[in-house]
Amino acid sequence: MTNTTPNSKNLLSFSTRLITWTNSGLVHLTLVILGLVWLTPSLGLLITSLRSRADIAQSGWWTSILEWRFNLENYVEVLNNSELPSPGFKENIINSIIITVPSTILPIIVASLLAYVIVFTKLRIRNFLYLLIIALMVVPLQVTWFPVLSLYKFFDITGSWTGIWLAHTAYGTPFAVFLLRNFFSEIPEEIIESAKLDCNNHFQIFTRIVLPLSLPALASLAIFQFVWVWNDLMNAIVFLQSVEKYPLTVGIQKLLGHYQNEWHLLAAGAWLTMLVPLLIFFALQRYFVRGVTAGAVKG
Amino acid sequence: MRSKFNWEAWVFILPACLLLLTFLVWPTMQTIYYSFFKGNFLDPTVEFIGLGHFDRLLTGDRLFLRINKWPPSGALINTIVWIIFLPTLTVIFGLIVAVLADGKKYESFIKSLIFIPMAISATAASVIFRFVYNSDPETGVLNALLTFILPELEPIPWLGRKGMANFAVIFAAVWIWTGLAMTILSAAYKALPLEIIEAAIIDGATAWQRFWRITLPMLTVPITFLGVVMIINALKMIDLVYVMTMGGPRGGTRVIGYSVFVEMFANGKIGYGSAIGVILLILILPIILYQLKQLRQQL
Repeated sequence: MTNTTPNSKNLLSFSTRLITWTNSGLVHLTLVILGLVWLTPSLGLLITSLRSRADIAQSGWWTSILEWRFNLENYVEVLNNSELPSPGFKENIINSIIITVPSTILPIIVASLLAYVIVFTKLRIRNFLYLLIIALMVVPLQVTWFPVLSLYKFFDITGSWTGIWLAHTAYGTPFAVFLLRNFFSEIPEEIIESAKLDCNNHFQIFTRIVLPLSLPALASLAIFQFVWVWNDLMNAIVFLQSVEKYPLTVGIQKLLGHYQNEWHLLAAGAWLTMLVPLLIFFALQRYFVRGVTAGAVKG
Repeated sequence: MRSKFNWEAWVFILPACLLLLTFLVWPTMQTIYYSFFKGNFLDPTVEFIGLGHFDRLLTGDRLFLRINKWPPSGALINTIVWIIFLPTLTVIFGLIVAVLADGKKYESFIKSLIFIPMAISATAASVIFRFVYNSDPETGVLNALLTFILPELEPIPWLGRKGMANFAVIFAAVWIWTGLAMTILSAAYKALPLEIIEAAIIDGATAWQRFWRITLPMLTVPITFLGVVMIINALKMIDLVYVMTMGGPRGGTRVIGYSVFVEMFANGKIGYGSAIGVILLILILPIILYQLKQLRQQL
């Protein structure tokens, strides 16, 4: 390089710069295309949900940005229309809340107790329990539904709220234990040892020391479980079996069955179910991403 | 001290153990048992037929496995296609965004964009993609784009052709799960030791060489992890298929996870559905063993 004339040096750096410039241009282009591919599907449905039925029938949603005639009528219609597959979306929303809240709280209680024992006690079977949890995390729920249903029939809780709460609690427990065990293991042992001097029993250590220290993990877990149950379709179909109790997801699925091409209703309905998870995503992004990432294997 | 604490530990694990046994362990055993019987909703054990269901599944059920005609088809083949494409595509797209967006001004923006589908229910995602794939170029954006670029082209019914529909559903799943791959790969990428990359730059390695010889080999662990997660997702797949295509056209999008449900709950063939469930369990077993082996080393 020392022997090159100033002229060829400039030339070289020019071509290098050209290559770098093209490369970074290609990088930006790739990212923009990927971003568009990921954004367009949901954006298209959002725009459609804000257009009138007549407009939707007349032209594609991508033309409507020029017209700019948007309104919320489809949402009003989907919430109030009594012609829709009963009971209607208002009831679906209430049902979703009734199903989701206990199904979020219960597994966290059940799982944190088990995770506590696995991490902080010397119970002989604790390693076995942990291995069992790992194995159960990947069991496909499909293979459990029928036997559980026949058990429900025996106890006469088919189609009850209790039935769906119990199912979600059980199905949510393996992953919750997995996440909490990992978090509990990071609590320094000295804290627990000194707590054993102050506290009379495990319950006090659990409620006064371990749970308060684990709030970030509990938050990630609660958010993950909430969104998982809110988005659940199959367990609701299998265990509720009655139109009056169906949550939003089943509402949409029935809507799709009845009105395959009524896109104004389908779009508004789908966006109604997406609203809550999306709000959670934007408001609590860090916890949400952490929960989902840790929960990669659940399902 | 220890003995005093012990009875409490047993109380702590009781609810979790009861739930796991009732909802996961026992039902799975029960399903394996039912797979050897002909049966219906009221009586799942009408007649013992040994391996009869398995024989029929592997040789005489065109919806499950059909290999005497090219191309091979059926739920088993469709699931294998899922197992090949879902991990590959999510990892490729996730890696592209994780590596290329790293350090860009808009990094967090594009990462949010790619991650958002993880928050959306499979039901809503199904509505979104039915809309994208719509065969009317005035409604479906994909056909609109294609007929805009190639005006002579007939609009393609993406979900209506047997050979194509499975890939269309898989792409919807890729759209959902790429965010997970991206998040995990991005975290791993940012944790790579800088010195090695700097040394490679000093040695004159191009960006391309650095990626293939250094970055990619060092990401083996997260990529393997994602491969396992996506294979599990592919094996368990049910809700996207249920809402988007109901397994059609002519079984073109049936997958194992969906067949279990349909045979049991739509066709009322408990034993037959259970047998498909057993095949699903057999396919998932190596993954469970692999995870347990990994864990044993940690404990």
